[in-house]
Amino acid sequence: MLEPILDPNKDAGSSRDAISFGQRVEPGLNTRHGTILTLEDISVSFDGFKALNNLNLYIGVGELRCIIGPNGAGKTTMMDVITGKTRPSEGQAWFGETLDLRQMSEVQIAQAGIGRKFQKPTVFEALSVFENLELAQKTDKSVWASLRATLSGEQKDRIGEVLHTIRLSGSAHRPAGLLSHGQKQFLEIGMLLVQDPQLLLLDEPVAGMTDAETEFTAELFKSLAGKHSLMVVEHDMGFVGSIADHVTVLHQGSVLAEGSLEQVQADERVIEVYLGR
Amino acid sequence: MNQPLMVTAAQKAGPTVTTLVGGLVLLVLLALPLLSLLPADSPFQVSAYTLTLVGKILCYAIVALALDLVWGYAGRLSLGHGLFFALGGYAMGMYLMRQASGDELPAFMTFLSWTELPWYWVGTQHFWWAMCLVVLAPGLLALVFGFFAFRSRIKGVYFSIMTQALTFAGMLLFFRNETGFGGNNGFTNFRSILGFGITEPGTRAALFFATVLLLVVSLFLGWKLARSKFGRVLTALRDAENRLMFCGYDPRGFKLFVWVLSAVLCGLAGALYVPQVGIINPGEMSPTNSIEAAVWVALGGRGTLIGPLLGAGVVNGMKSWFTVAFPEYWLFFLGALFIIVTLYLPKGVIGLLKKKADQ
Ligand SMILES: Nc1ncnc2c1ncn2[C@@H]1O[C@H](COP(=O)(O)OP(=O)(O)O)[C@@H](O)[C@H]1O
Ligand SMILES: [Mg+2]
Repeated sequence: MLEPILDPNKDAGSSRDAISFGQRVEPGLNTRHGTILTLEDISVSFDGFKALNNLNLYIGVGELRCIIGPNGAGKTTMMDVITGKTRPSEGQAWFGETLDLRQMSEVQIAQAGIGRKFQKPTVFEALSVFENLELAQKTDKSVWASLRATLSGEQKDRIGEVLHTIRLSGSAHRPAGLLSHGQKQFLEIGMLLVQDPQLLLLDEPVAGMTDAETEFTAELFKSLAGKHSLMVVEHDMGFVGSIADHVTVLHQGSVLAEGSLEQVQADERVIEVYLGR
Repeated sequence: MNQPLMVTAAQKAGPTVTTLVGGLVLLVLLALPLLSLLPADSPFQVSAYTLTLVGKILCYAIVALALDLVWGYAGRLSLGHGLFFALGGYAMGMYLMRQASGDELPAFMTFLSWTELPWYWVGTQHFWWAMCLVVLAPGLLALVFGFFAFRSRIKGVYFSIMTQALTFAGMLLFFRNETGFGGNNGFTNFRSILGFGITEPGTRAALFFATVLLLVVSLFLGWKLARSKFGRVLTALRDAENRLMFCGYDPRGFKLFVWVLSAVLCGLAGALYVPQVGIINPGEMSPTNSIEAAVWVALGGRGTLIGPLLGAGVVNGMKSWFTVAFPEYWLFFLGALFIIVTLYLPKGVIGLLKKKADQ
């Protein structure tokens, strides 16, 4: 139990359960058909209430997808399913072509290359901003490695770079708990950046940010798309309009509409349940 | 949001002050056993009573430090650390009993008219094997318990209650004569250790030295851990376990490692405690003992390295005075102390000192 769950080098692709682990084997992620995430007929029920109802969703490699939908539509629940926090009662969830997300633990999913920003910003409050990034950084995350770990110059540089990107260079050694809400949001985004996942799930990333910060975040996400695939849940229509080429509208646990922002905004049903409120 | 490192707490007061005080305390601790070897009429002679008392408190200080590693750093409050302490003590006690009885069976077994040693006593006449047991007994129990507890993600008060139940179960088991550990009398009447008389001043002084050494080594280990990335992962898992998992860490291994390490340190402390106080019985496993250990840590300041040592020293110092002056009021006092600390000193004495230094 003290070793890494699976040895990325040894177990890569040996079977469906012993998947190509470890963030270091990116080439192991099979995205032959250009799809990084596949959700098919996903249903989740809480005490009979269907939070997700036959949900179908496909995210392409390098895509930046926005998910919108009224409160309670099931957006956060969908992220819970992808990251292994909630198990679907029905349906299929694949990362790439070969990784069955339903069979993997939260840790395995994170190690396989899915990063997540929570709706409520969660950072390690007692640790400094720098240490938060250090922990998140992509590296061997086993117990033994952590006991001996020292940061290489390259790793420090990378953290410095990200600190600069998220504009927290000046607060590197402040405890993260002392940051403002917006700064915490940025720190959490920074943690995702150093973690370097292939798929980033961002749950309401600009909530509590000023207009300038929101604008900056939009630029940042656009620069990430292509290299990474992003799924962004957001309420702020201005923000969605500024980043997304492709929008999915969720309603009562299933997809109501999909297309460009103009297309979905013109959709009668969407206007009815969401935009026209 | 306590800073994980005692080092940072001390930095405020100036590292020189901390080093100075620490060095002074260490010097006194090293001088005590030497002074105890002086002739009885010398004005500087330290009595066997004092030496034993301080040695005992040092053992408790190691327990406090070990408990703080799992409570203060990893955020899991154990109310069963007395069990690990007692297991280490019993393992050492087995060796001492064999030393005392020579080729015969230990006296309590003869009373039960047993004719041969139970299997788990085999080899305990060898010091090296007893030392292995000191580590293995608490270590393996912690490993098994921790494996299941952490796998099912038991936390918070449920974890504390389970550890409390564990030590209680241990106590009931060891109370039984059939268990083969001397029932409610436990082990006592030790004679020698490694061939040296157990009450000889030289032996006492050596045991005391060994205790100081273990304390220093534990402190160093704790310091290394707290400064390593491992220590930061522990702090992270104490405050936001989910976030840590989504960063790609498996918290179970981290918890298990620090939990087993903590149990082993307690076992070693227990092994040094028994020859110094000359007795071990199931009372050491009583739930109140483990709760008291939590009070030491809370009073001193959890999540720091010096806090628990301070707490163990202060509370036990007061206890030894109280139990002579007003024996019937000690438990009330302890309860009051706990309430005061919880209400007014959430960061313990260390937190208070730190605040003073900041002003
Ligand atoms: N753990 C849970 N237990 C019961 N109901 C839940 C749970 N999590 C979410 N829900 C319900 O599922 C629905 C979808 O929630 P959520 O995914 O958080 O919506 P969104 O993020 O789109 O606002 C809501 O009606 C919510 O009340
Ligand atoms: Mg939500």
